[in-house]
Amino acid sequence: MVNRDMSYDAVMSRKNEIMKRAIGIDYDIFESGGLGFDYERMMREAGYTLEEIQSIQSSTGVGNTPLLEMKNLTALARKFAPKGKGARIFIKDEAANPSGSFKARRAATAVYHAKKLGYKGVIAATSGNYGAAVASQAAMAGLKCIVVQECYDSNMVGQPEILEKQRVCEAYGAEVVQLSVGPELFYSFLCLLEETGYFNASLYTPFGIAGVETLGYELIMQFRERLGRDPDKVLITHAGGGNVTGTARGVKKAGAEETEIVGASVDLTGLHMASDRDFNRKSFTTGHTGFGIPFATWPDRADVPRNAARPLRYLDRYLTVKQGEVFYITEALSVLEGIERGPAGNTSLTAAFALAQEMDEDQIIVVQETEYTGAGKHPMPQISFAKQNGIEILFGDPDTEIPGQNIVFPDHPSKIKVRDFDLNKAKVSYIKNAINNYGKKEIGEYDFEFLIKDTNSDEKFVRTVLSELGVKVLS
Amino acid sequence: MDIIKKGDWVQIHQIVLKPEERAAHLPEDTKKVPLELWVKGFALDDGKIGDEIEIKTVTGRKVKGKAIKLNPRYIHDFGDYVPELTKIDMQLKKILFGGDCGE
Ligand SMILES: Cc1ncc(COP(=O)(O)O)c(C=O)c1O
Repeated sequence: MVNRDMSYDAVMSRKNEIMKRAIGIDYDIFESGGLGFDYERMMREAGYTLEEIQSIQSSTGVGNTPLLEMKNLTALARKFAPKGKGARIFIKDEAANPSGSFKARRAATAVYHAKKLGYKGVIAATSGNYGAAVASQAAMAGLKCIVVQECYDSNMVGQPEILEKQRVCEAYGAEVVQLSVGPELFYSFLCLLEETGYFNASLYTPFGIAGVETLGYELIMQFRERLGRDPDKVLITHAGGGNVTGTARGVKKAGAEETEIVGASVDLTGLHMASDRDFNRKSFTTGHTGFGIPFATWPDRADVPRNAARPLRYLDRYLTVKQGEVFYITEALSVLEGIERGPAGNTSLTAAFALAQEMDEDQIIVVQETEYTGAGKHPMPQISFAKQNGIEILFGDPDTEIPGQNIVFPDHPSKIKVRDFDLNKAKVSYIKNAINNYGKKEIGEYDFEFLIKDTNSDEKFVRTVLSELGVKVLS
Repeated sequence: MDIIKKGDWVQIHQIVLKPEERAAHLPEDTKKVPLELWVKGFALDDGKIGDEIEIKTVTGRKVKGKAIKLNPRYIHDFGDYVPELTKIDMQLKKILFGGDCGE
């Protein structure tokens, strides 16, 4: 240990070795040798069953969150919908979880697993709610916890929401290591894993994702109990893809095959996620396209060899909303429904508000999460911060919003719109990324089948994309 | 103010990677600045702000760096008052429940 070369290149070259020790999963057994791997086997063998997870989560007070009907938001949406349109809007109040978001579900299984394997502590690389969730679960389990967060720009100015995350992680007794902007956070993360021998509580392990399945499952059961039917659409705020993947798997495990899975992200087009300057010019730190699109089109960019979050397998639609629209709906949630909740859940709520107007009155749309709110994590500090950073605040047509330059509040709630992101485009990018990352000129039957499943498309679609890329399918 | 006593809660700062040591393919602005790190812990010796010191974090790790703050406060809050948000609130109530602003 003492004589280890800790230079950037040396540590990065030890990545696989460090990861293997820190996660306790042998991913090799699920590999095929090509670009495909056995996803379902990985979920089965390296994860936990739904029943096991329900019991792990209930022992830490996670899950069984309330389902609330948004009667006033529904009434507002119906004012702008054509006659007979305007689905009933519900939300699942995930803010009721111990650390204030659905991330507690992921953290509960990760920390349980770490403790079972005998690790003394856990480390998570995250600037968001997941850090709070891991810190909270580690506190309950009596494990040590380090949260590594990208927090400040080069002037040590921090996004208010991330500053709040630092506070809350420290409140739960965790050590918070803060970094300036850049993907080399991963290097510091590896150094810490090597130094401490702690467990990598990655967001993207099979058990982490399986932890979210209970959310989808519970949701369906609650609707069946209360209304005797399944919801028509589930709206899911999408960033790294675990929320979509876990929820959708849970919905399917409950047998709700007809329920449509709809992702939603805040549109941050044009802002570079690794840019020191852009870092503090965004008003949302997750649930945005800056994570949502890269992770959908290449899930295996994550901090584990194989990402268990594979959103393209599950998304039926993917909608984008504007920052100004989400702030507007956050206000509506407070003054019309009497509940204050944090930014990420309100992203899919904004999309639901618009989408409900296209659906029949007797249909049901459900937003599967809320998160806690407070200092830093609230429209007021975010808008003040945006103003300090020279962002113009306007009322008008949300379509004129330019991320990093202005925030446009809709001048009327009827201006909040459904905008579909073309999933076929995402699927094409995914296939390109897979081919490029593995440097393939030809692929076999197994890889071909894998690409179909991983994009939830069909033979013809994948064959067309591959032939455009000049890749042969061997049979 | 600037004096640090052994055992005090201190935030330290490190340069992890100098600009020339940073990863390839970074945006231009990020490439020009170092990768920096901040962490808090208990000072292992007396000293003062600005000194290179060693701390012990809450997980028991020993870390060296430049002491930048003693008992650092959380600076995030609810920001300045944003009148635009109140305008939204009044509009929403008017559309749904009718009546005028200020009623
Ligand atoms: C409250 C909340 N909702 C949604 C998301 C998005 O989840 P995922 O990254 O799994 O797509 C996050 C994570 O960043 C979150 O913290």
